[in-house]
Amino acid sequence: MAKKTIRTIPQDRTPMPVQTPATRVTNFDEVAIGYSLEDALVESERCLMCPKPACVPACPVHIDIPGFIQKIIDKDYRGAYDVLSDANPLAAICGRVCPQENQCEGVCTVGQSLEPVVIGRLERWVGDQAIDKGWSNVPYIKPNGYRVGVVGSGPAGIACAADMAKAGCDVTIFEAFHKPGGVLRYGIPEFRLPDTVIAAEIDKLVKLGVKIECNTLVGRLFTIDQMINELGFDAVFIGTGAGTPRFMNIQGEFLNGVLSANELLTRCNLMQAGDFPNHDTPLGLGKRVAIIGSGNTAMDAMRISLRMGAENVYCIYRRTIEESPARNEEIEHAEEEGVEFHWLSNPLEILDDGKGNVAGMRCIRMELGEPDESGRRRPVPVEGSEFEFEADTVVYAIGTSANPIMGRTSNIKLNMRGFIETDESMATSFAGVYAGGDIVTGGATVILAMGAGRQAAASMKQYLGIRDTEVVYQNERSAPVNTLFGIVREEHNFTRVTTRQEAE
Amino acid sequence: MSSSKNRKFHQINSSTPEGYHACAIEIVRREDFSDVTYLLEIRHPMIAKAAQPGQFVIVMSHEDGERIPLTIADFDRENGTITLVIQAVGKTTKEMQRDCLVGTPLYSVTGPMGEPSHISNVGKVVCVGGGLGVAPVFPQVRAYKQAGAYVIGIVGFRNKDLVFWDDKFLQYCDEFIICSDDGSVGIKGRVTDGIQRAIEKHPDIRELLAIGPPIMMQACAETTRPYGIKTTVSLNPVMVDGTGMCGGCRVKLGDNKMKFACVDGPEFDGHQVDFTDLINRLKRFSKEEKLAVEKWTDIPK
Repeated sequence: MAKKTIRTIPQDRTPMPVQTPATRVTNFDEVAIGYSLEDALVESERCLMCPKPACVPACPVHIDIPGFIQKIIDKDYRGAYDVLSDANPLAAICGRVCPQENQCEGVCTVGQSLEPVVIGRLERWVGDQAIDKGWSNVPYIKPNGYRVGVVGSGPAGIACAADMAKAGCDVTIFEAFHKPGGVLRYGIPEFRLPDTVIAAEIDKLVKLGVKIECNTLVGRLFTIDQMINELGFDAVFIGTGAGTPRFMNIQGEFLNGVLSANELLTRCNLMQAGDFPNHDTPLGLGKRVAIIGSGNTAMDAMRISLRMGAENVYCIYRRTIEESPARNEEIEHAEEEGVEFHWLSNPLEILDDGKGNVAGMRCIRMELGEPDESGRRRPVPVEGSEFEFEADTVVYAIGTSANPIMGRTSNIKLNMRGFIETDESMATSFAGVYAGGDIVTGGATVILAMGAGRQAAASMKQYLGIRDTEVVYQNERSAPVNTLFGIVREEHNFTRVTTRQEAE
Repeated sequence: MSSSKNRKFHQINSSTPEGYHACAIEIVRREDFSDVTYLLEIRHPMIAKAAQPGQFVIVMSHEDGERIPLTIADFDRENGTITLVIQAVGKTTKEMQRDCLVGTPLYSVTGPMGEPSHISNVGKVVCVGGGLGVAPVFPQVRAYKQAGAYVIGIVGFRNKDLVFWDDKFLQYCDEFIICSDDGSVGIKGRVTDGIQRAIEKHPDIRELLAIGPPIMMQACAETTRPYGIKTTVSLNPVMVDGTGMCGGCRVKLGDNKMKFACVDGPEFDGHQVDFTDLINRLKRFSKEEKLAVEKWTDIPK
C-alpha cells in the first residue's frame, strides 16, 4: 500500500453522532452516541502513523496511540484494546472526558493542516467494544507479598491501584463514599459518562485483584500513620482529590438556594436526586439558576440544572469565553441546550427575598486589563455598570481548595495552600507515602490525575524494590467468589506462569 | 410495625487487613424510648474503636436512601458496637423506625466524622442535653468525668414518660438535673432554668456543652453569655457527604465567617454561632421533606 500522506487521507474528521439539543435536555442519556464500526475505520485511516508520534508524549499516560489505531485498521479490535489497556485502565472513560484538544489531539501532525485525528473518540470506541464484548485483561500476577493501600477511588487512585496490582501487590482502595469512582461517580454527569461505563471499568480493576472498601473515611476511621505502622501497609498512595468547594465571601452566601456545584452534582449524580422522591435525596432546584464560574464543573452543573427542570440557566463569568477553562465542546453543548452566557460579569451580592431565600443577584460588568501571573488578562470592574437580575438558585463553581482531613490527621507536609507537598517522584514527607491528583495539584483533569497515579506507582515500585515483570495476560474465568460492595469479584484462574523475574 | 418487604438490603462481605475487619453492619439491639425516639446499637468494630465523643456517622438505610448524619450516642470498644438514638421526624427516620430491627443490616454507616470534642479536666463543667440531644451528650459526660472534671448533667424532657438514660447519666454525673415542661419529673421548666440554678450554686463553672434543637442551644448560649462561661454547641445542619466536599453543612460564625460543620465541627463556640442562619438553613428542604413523607405514607404497607 502506498504511504499515506496528508493528501491521501480522508480530509474531514468523522463526525460524532449526537442527540439533538431539544431531545437531550429532556433526558439523562449520553449526549454523544459514539462511533459506529464504519466511523471508527474511516477515522483510523486519517492517522499518518508518524514514526516519532507527537501525540504519545502529549498523553499524560503515554498511550501508544498509533499502535492502537493501527490495530483498528488491521481489524484486530481486541488487539487495539490490549494496546490501550496496557497504559490506561480506563479507556472508555478517558475517551469521553479527556480534554484531547489540549493533549494528544492538540499536537497531532494531521492537525497542522487538517482537523486532527479524533483520538479520543477512537479510544472511546475501543473501550466501549471491550465493555460490550466483556474483554478484560487479567494478567497472571505473581504475588510479591507487598501490601499497598490507596486512599480514594477516583482516577488517581484507580490508576495507581491498577499498576500496583499488575506488579503483584495486594492492593486495597479505601473510599469514603458508598460507591467507588470518586469524581467519575459524583462529579461527571450521566449524560457525559454513564454509570454503566464506570461500573464496567471498576469491575475490571476488581478483576485485577484490587479490593475496594467503601464507607471508609481514612483520617478518621484510621490514619495514614496507622496504615503504615499498625495495619501492615508497605506503601500508601493518597488520591483524595481537592474536593472542598470555594465560596466568594460576598453578602447572601448563606441564603437558601445557594449551593456549591459539588453539592448539586453529588445530589444528582451519586444520590440520584433526579429521581426524587423514589430516591430519597432532594435537590430543591429553582426555575432560574445562576451558576458562577465557567469551568467544566460549571458546564456540568448548568446542563444538569436544565435537565432537572430549570427554565433559565445563566452562566456568570468574570472573564470572556476565550479565557473560559471549560472545553469548547462543553460550552457549545451548553449553549445549544439553552444556557445563557454572561461573560465579563462578576457577582457582588446575592439578594435576599426577605424570607431567607435567594431572590436574585447583583453583578458588575468587567473589562480585561493587563495579563496577570497566570498569563490571562485580569478582569477589572467597569465603574457604574452594576446590574441586577432575578434568580432563585445560585451555584458556586469557582473551583475547589484542599480538603483539610488528611492534613489534620497526619504529619504529612502540606504546602501554603493546604495541598499535600510531594517531590518529583510523588513522594510525600512521610516515607512510603505517595500522593497525586487534585490533592497535590488542585483541581485538574481526570487524565492528569491518572498520570500522577501511574507516576506514583512507578516510584512506589522503586521504593519497595519491585522489579518490572512482564505481564502475561490470560482470559479464563471461574465463577464469582466474593461479593464486595455489590461488585462481583472473579477468582483468577491462572494457566501460565511466566514472568521476566522467573526467566532470569 | 410491618416487615421490611420491598427493601434492598445488602449484606456486606468484605475483608480488610487483620484487626480492621469490617463486618456486615448489623443492628444488634433496639430500644424504643417513646413513639418517636428509638435506639439502634450497631456492630461496627472499626468505628467503635476509632470513635471519640462529639463525632458522628453518616447512615444510609438502603441503597436508594439518603445520607443522614447521626451523632454517636455511645460506643463500646470491647463489644465493637456504636449506639445511635434517632427521632422519627421525616421520611428516612420514620422508615428506619419501621424497618431497622435487630438482625437487619444497614446499607452503609460511615464514620466517625467530625472533630472530636476537646475534653480535659477543666474543673466544673455543665453538659446539657435537650430533646434528641440527651443521648449524644452522654459520651462527653463520661469523658469529662473520666478526665477528672466535676460534671453537672442537665437534661430536658417534655414529661416524665419520655425520660431515658437517667441511670447512665447518674453513673457519671456529680450532679444531675432533670427538667420537664410540665414538672412531672425533676424541676419544672426548661434546661435554661436548670442552667440558671447550676450557675447560682456554682459560680465557678468553667465550661458548658449543649446539644439539642438549635433553638435550645441558642437559649443555652444566651444564658451563659452574661457570665462569660465558655459554651460549646453541637450543630446539626443539612449534610450530604460529611467529608467536607460539598459545603451543604456550612454554618455562619461571628463576623460572616464560614465553617463546614462536617469537618470543622460539629462543635462550635455557641457565642459565635449565628443561630438565625442555622435555623433558616434547616428549612431549606421543608417542601421536599413534606412531599417525601406524604408519598411514603401513601404507599400501602
